[in-house]
Amino acid sequence: MNVLPEMLPALDDLKKRFADRFDAVHLPRANEIYIHAKMDLVAGFTAYLYHRWQARLVSLFADDARESSGAFHLYYVFALDAAGGFIILRVPVAADKPEFASLTNAIPAVSWQEREVQDLFGLKLIGHPNPHRCALHDDWPEVFPLRKDFDLRTKLPPFQGERHKFRTVEGEGVFHVPVGPVHAGIIEPGHFLFSVAGEPVLYLQLRLFYTHKGTEKLFENLPVQHCVRLAESISGDSSFAHATAFCHAIERAANVEAPPRAKFLRSICLELERLYNHIADIGAICTDVAFVTANMHCMRLKERVLRVNESLTGNRLLRGMACPGGVRFDFDAEQIKSLSQLVAELRPEFDSIVQIIDGSSSTLDRLETTGVLKPQVARDFGVVGIAGRASGFDHDLRRDFPHAAYDQVKVCVPVYQAGDVKHRMQIRIDEVRESFSLIEQFLAKLPDGEVRVEVGELPADATALGYVEGWRGEIFHWIRTAPGNRLARCKVKDPSLQNWPVLSEAIQGNIIPDFPVVNKSFNLSYSGTDR
Amino acid sequence: MFGILGKSLSTGVVTENYPATLPEISSRARGKPEIDWANWRDARPATAICPTGAISFQDANGQRTAQINLSKCIFCGLCAEVDKAIRITNIRECAARRREDLVTGASYSLKPDGSHEKMISPPAIQRSGDSTIQNNEPLETLGQQIKSRADKIFGRSLHIRQVDAGSCNGCEVEIVNLNSPVYDIERFGIHFVASPRHADMLLVTGPVTRNMELALKKTYDAMPDPRLVVAVGACGCSGGIFGQNYATCGGVDSVISVDVYVPGCPPNPHALLHGILLAMGRIPPKH
Repeated sequence: MNVLPEMLPALDDLKKRFADRFDAVHLPRANEIYIHAKMDLVAGFTAYLYHRWQARLVSLFADDARESSGAFHLYYVFALDAAGGFIILRVPVAADKPEFASLTNAIPAVSWQEREVQDLFGLKLIGHPNPHRCALHDDWPEVFPLRKDFDLRTKLPPFQGERHKFRTVEGEGVFHVPVGPVHAGIIEPGHFLFSVAGEPVLYLQLRLFYTHKGTEKLFENLPVQHCVRLAESISGDSSFAHATAFCHAIERAANVEAPPRAKFLRSICLELERLYNHIADIGAICTDVAFVTANMHCMRLKERVLRVNESLTGNRLLRGMACPGGVRFDFDAEQIKSLSQLVAELRPEFDSIVQIIDGSSSTLDRLETTGVLKPQVARDFGVVGIAGRASGFDHDLRRDFPHAAYDQVKVCVPVYQAGDVKHRMQIRIDEVRESFSLIEQFLAKLPDGEVRVEVGELPADATALGYVEGWRGEIFHWIRTAPGNRLARCKVKDPSLQNWPVLSEAIQGNIIPDFPVVNKSFNLSYSGTDR
Repeated sequence: MFGILGKSLSTGVVTENYPATLPEISSRARGKPEIDWANWRDARPATAICPTGAISFQDANGQRTAQINLSKCIFCGLCAEVDKAIRITNIRECAARRREDLVTGASYSLKPDGSHEKMISPPAIQRSGDSTIQNNEPLETLGQQIKSRADKIFGRSLHIRQVDAGSCNGCEVEIVNLNSPVYDIERFGIHFVASPRHADMLLVTGPVTRNMELALKKTYDAMPDPRLVVAVGACGCSGGIFGQNYATCGGVDSVISVDVYVPGCPPNPHALLHGILLAMGRIPPKH
């Protein structure tokens, strides 16, 4: 396969510098380069990619390949945003010495991902600043669910002992406020431990993974055609984005491309998902500072979008629409008209609601300078998506790695430096307007033709990375196929997993009553994180 | 201030009158699948394509018992694509008081090629242990009496505590919509509350994960009697696509007892309202 021309300089440079230490280089797809090497190369290779090529480590995960190659494999996925390609470093971890060196001290962004590998695969972390359990709670027995010799249907005995071991926070007048896992609102479960002195929050410890459902293990146990429906259930508010990222990975593994019309319909659905979530979030942020009227208007508009979703795809959350090789349902003339109508109606409505919000000084007063995430901190933690863009992190897969039909339009990406709640809301406002414009552009250019091609049986032992910019941020699905149209591994990376740890940074110095609005302004998925 | 008022006035009332008037539903909306039982000839293709095992069959002694279990169905419509005897309706209000009431099945004589033909017993709700129910008739009546008394208590106003016991948050997206001005659940005197101690009803979503098992039990225990539990969504009703595995316990009733099951993936706000009103006794059950 020919390498993307923009990737060649980086690849040549890496070869020149590290060639004697590469075991192999594979080029399965133009923008997906695999480099096999030994563990001792990881730290130096990563540092070089970061500094010389401004790469980002977007996903880090393990794969139990003991059956085929006698070792676990660790994968480090680097995105080279300027070149529009991925470099994936694969290193073996010997089965009889299951340990790996941590990168967290250099790149805090991978802290949780490394701990997850430790929990789910039993590969011991060396040199991690906080090597405690993350994906499995402290009261779980010593099991490694993603190892191949662990059965999905294992019935674990009742859990004993302490669920979480927290770090101690001490000092005069310091007290703790534990919240959750069952929260006061209609949201997902998670536990927050605030350490407070007076009003301001000194330190926040997060304990998630309450909704861990064994999703990645389940992917390995289901026939591929059922996996799309499972991908829709990773994070309900991103059903279509996750399912599409999964289909993208399948198509890349099978070397099949969705037909042009299907790509356009996918893009339209992705924008519809962005629309209803952004509008709902803008309303919810207003509710959290007691401006409920704005939320009522937003919910009205959200309902309007959901009903159009249903008339287009049969489901309000766009479920059942995605399938490998394209999409399941075509839009007819009448449906396209209803979509144009939606945009035409929503645009002035949305503007008038934004006007109301902007006219409410008491609302803005609560949002401005609240929950500030500084650009430097955001960069260190690799914060992606809306939260990243509100803190100066200028990345969007729709523009940098055009998937679906995003190469057919110009995507404007709003970026702010302030990083407060107000600007995380402002990003959403800008993106809603951009979505209106994108939907119109897609409709204007919508090509005729098929909406689905047959994918056929997947080749065995193929690996592929699928990606989609969901409304919350970048979503990656990495798969390794097994014989018989099955998956040997499916790694799901939701942007929430990347962004959660930074909440502790954003809330510091704020008061607990502002936590709901700060949390809402990130609106991270618990289920997408926990899987 | 005047801008806010002006906007509200110009918007007017957007609230629906459900369930008094039924809303217009897109003909493309996917709801529960309906099987043409008399003309169903082969349960195998639909069984193979169903991602959650909602359609299944069992062969024994030259007979096949095939069934559809709405508590597992995610209304994806794939079965209708491979089987002409199955039609996807746009009916979403399928809530039931018993999980067995969501399972319908029929028996057929089996042909040598693996398909089936003549229907032996007509479609019926697949209740297990019917004989024991008959033996315990007085107990059943007593249960009914308690039920109707409870219905009287809950029938007026109701406070709900929602618990996500492991869902993907799809159900939450729709439950939040109940508070929107379009559905406005408060017009029924129903209110979402922040604490289980204030609640009459627990609205539970998700396959119950092992990590939420204890929290769900504790939340239930914190509620004052009498209390209702409504299991929401395919996962809440049966475990859905996740079923039971090392990290999940399955449906809500594997941890606490459930009064009403609301199928769907996710159930839309009408289906949710229907289920909640059914639990309150404000909609008579079908069976």
